[in-house]
Amino acid sequence: MNGKRPSLVFSLLAFGYAFLYAPIVSLIVYSFNESRLVTVWAGFSTKWYVSLLHNDQLLGAAWVSLRIAVMNATLAVVLGALAATALVRFGRFRGRPALALMVGAPLVMPDVILGLASLLLFVAMEQLIGWPAGRGMTTITIAHVTFSLAYVAVIVQSRLVRQDPSLEEAAMDLGARPWKVFFVITLPLIAPALAAGWLLAFTLSLDDLVIASFVSGPGASTLPMVVYSSVRLGISPEINALATVLVVLVTSGIAIAGWLLHRREARRQLAE
Amino acid sequence: MTGSAPRLEAWQDPAAAPLVAIKGVSKSFDRQAAVSDVSLAIYPGEFFSLLGASGCGKTTLLRLLAGFERPDQGRLLIAGQDVTELPPYQRPVNMMFQSYALFPHLSVADNVGFGLRQEGLPRRDIRVRVAEMLDMVKLGSFAQRKPDQLSGGQRQRVALARSLIKHPKLLLLDEPLAALDRKLREHTQFELVNIQERVGITFIMVTHDQEEAMTMSTRMAVMNEGRIRQIGTPVEIYEFPANRFVAGFIGAVNQFEGRALAQAGDVLQVYAESAGTELRVHVPQAVVAGSPVVVAVRPEKVRLGREPPPGDNRLQGTVEEIAYLGDVSVYHLRVAGGALIEAQLTNHTRGAAPPLTWGDRAWVGWNADDAFALVE
Repeated sequence: MNGKRPSLVFSLLAFGYAFLYAPIVSLIVYSFNESRLVTVWAGFSTKWYVSLLHNDQLLGAAWVSLRIAVMNATLAVVLGALAATALVRFGRFRGRPALALMVGAPLVMPDVILGLASLLLFVAMEQLIGWPAGRGMTTITIAHVTFSLAYVAVIVQSRLVRQDPSLEEAAMDLGARPWKVFFVITLPLIAPALAAGWLLAFTLSLDDLVIASFVSGPGASTLPMVVYSSVRLGISPEINALATVLVVLVTSGIAIAGWLLHRREARRQLAE
Repeated sequence: MTGSAPRLEAWQDPAAAPLVAIKGVSKSFDRQAAVSDVSLAIYPGEFFSLLGASGCGKTTLLRLLAGFERPDQGRLLIAGQDVTELPPYQRPVNMMFQSYALFPHLSVADNVGFGLRQEGLPRRDIRVRVAEMLDMVKLGSFAQRKPDQLSGGQRQRVALARSLIKHPKLLLLDEPLAALDRKLREHTQFELVNIQERVGITFIMVTHDQEEAMTMSTRMAVMNEGRIRQIGTPVEIYEFPANRFVAGFIGAVNQFEGRALAQAGDVLQVYAESAGTELRVHVPQAVVAGSPVVVAVRPEKVRLGREPPPGDNRLQGTVEEIAYLGDVSVYHLRVAGGALIEAQLTNHTRGAAPPLTWGDRAWVGWNADDAFALVE
């Protein structure tokens, strides 16, 4: 290595990080701005966080988003884990290619199409069987589950593929019935992947604006929807404060998910 | 022991009932036959080995016995009970896996006690029996460790303890020693045989290592392409192979293709072109003159020297290759007919110069009784 290269690498790295994170950093910095004008710095203050606490519309939307995110993550983990188990452990069965394709499709499908398709389905179902009556939290949750279960399935699948299938056979050989094997052996072993999947599904749901806009109804505005509509009326530093809170939440969610997966992997490698 | 009748082994006793009876079992995957029409009887207390190269169907046969695969045809009986349709968790059989398959999230004690917990035994009884088992495999002080805190040899012993704790009628071992290094493997071979004798459980072991099968088994089956080619004791398999595949698979062998000439008693004269001469070989049954015969002799039965050695068969040739292996040296001698004959000399004297060197003219010879004929 010559002396020039580290400084070149360093400046490239700095540029790359600046490109990615400068906007977010400026958003966080301006959330502590004294001035009402978002672009003029007038000293440090936390008053926008205080006024955020008294903004019932924003807090209400945050509560709706949080409940949808928790329900979505839980349902997506159950369905995603089942789909992954079927794909990895059941060998070749009729319809396996179709299932693999359909589970993965939402990963590459544009949100606009997913949102529109879900909306059309819900309207048609309401006309045919009367459910879901109107659109709101239920329809948003269902729409979110359809795409976040794909992410969970991918995570759980990659975990199951690397797991020695003879672990489950050994449990069965020692007298455990198939359901017992699943709960006593398989589930504890894929638990880190399930936790990571849950957090990812939670974050995806909390972030989503496009799909939620299509399938939501009156009285069920999610946080991203409220933020987006209020930005159109003029940016308030309250939004900066809220965005900062969201960035912290989402980043820590992803960091914990990554750490859980990494820790288990590192332990496995240490053992081998 | 003089005067007493020779002890009859279980498989020689017509009155003995087999513990495991495999009757005409076949299994294929994607129309590829893994096991074809295998029949086998294994008797209580045996240490039985299934020996073959990878892909010969030995592991499939083991998995059929454990219940992880269902046969396409045939029946499996264990202790007289037809278990063909039973799932693994209802069979009186346990298995030790090649990867050991220890549950990584459970302690050593919980791994070993897993089978007993499935039977719903009281915790106290489980603790006592787990402690006994761990003492037997000399891991008493490791009960609270996790599998990833153990060495390869320790994990192997945990796997053995876990598969023995339910006192199965039959223990299946899938390459139990393959993951151990050479030194540990030799030591473990004896330990495994000792444990088997102590617990009195019938073992069926799958292995690709012929030496392992020879040292450990009471009997073994040599498999190839899904079929059993020979069943017998290690001595029978080595000294009296039933066909060319078995003769070539176990140990080294010199083979000469030829035609039967004449038979006097149990000594057959065979003309083998590659040997360049007539060979005499011991054959128990009558052979029709003119039929094709393969004469085979193991390298350690071949005598080698500058002077013609005593024996029924003598050939002269040129030393082409010498390999020094420490305990023995292997010589390859090219004879007039074109065959390359392998002979083994034990190195009795330390540091002695080899009696022959490359290019030397020398003689090889062996008795008719020490060779065998394969008539196929």
